[in-house]
Amino acid sequence: MSLSSAYSITAAVNPPRAVYIDYPLGHTAGKPNDSAGQRRIMLKTLQALEASQTPGSFVDLEEVWQADDSWKDRVMRPAPKHMAEDEASHADDRVERHATPQYQSEADAQAAVDPSECSSCLWLSNEQN
Amino acid sequence: MNQTKHRPPVDYIERTKDQYSALGYPPYAWVHSDTPPPFSPLRKPLSESKCALVASGGIYAQGQVAFHFKDDLSVRLIDRDTPNTALRTTHFAYDLTASRQDPGCVFPLRTLCELERVSLIGEVSANAYTFMGGIYSSRRVREILAPAIADRLQQDEVDVAVMVPV
Repeated sequence: MSLSSAYSITAAVNPPRAVYIDYPLGHTAGKPNDSAGQRRIMLKTLQALEASQTPGSFVDLEEVWQADDSWKDRVMRPAPKHMAEDEASHADDRVERHATPQYQSEADAQAAVDPSECSSCLWLSNEQN
Repeated sequence: MNQTKHRPPVDYIERTKDQYSALGYPPYAWVHSDTPPPFSPLRKPLSESKCALVASGGIYAQGQVAFHFKDDLSVRLIDRDTPNTALRTTHFAYDLTASRQDPGCVFPLRTLCELERVSLIGEVSANAYTFMGGIYSSRRVREILAPAIADRLQQDEVDVAVMVPV
């Protein structure tokens, strides 16, 4: 069962079973520190799994992020020329694609094992650092 | 109460097309499947099933090697008992603010364990599997990454995989 907030991408891939949540990317399983909401979303997801009988079922969980949908205007929009710099940063928010591990913090980098000793890492190609 | 009419889903395929074209790049060839997907019916009730969590979004546990941003095909095994305070997220394609406050936003491992505790799920599998996503080559995902995860899930004898792409 896939739980997805990218409707068009999931519809195009057509997985065996999926549910859709109309939340911004980065919140597929719910809002931060909202354990009741996260639980409700997972329960609806599992109910849809039990109910699904046909390959490719794709059910809307009918969750609402907030009363108004204005967040949808700001996602990945190419910057018009007149757009203020802080708004333009929404449009091209790409990050440089470094090929070295990108730790959340310097402390994590210090705490990390050597890649050759990471027994909980599966290296699937020979391109790892 | 005045009911607000909600707008259709954000079309990330269209928006990627717009963004690429604004940058002068050719459109990205998104995966499009025209054939019906494979399908295995549930063999037992969820309350008797072993469930595994699989997620993209660059989730790793403190102490593990973090993901990198250039077509990272690797996988991390996350012990089912890992507390949210030991989980980290790293990614180039989504806003990490919420997931760094509460990894449960993208990785509902604690939620699944709670549903196991109240017997709505039979068992949460010993390991969850995470990977980066945002891998340019869908062929490499299909031929290398996906089969490796599927093999692990079969070895773990899971009945159900809950997959959470970011």
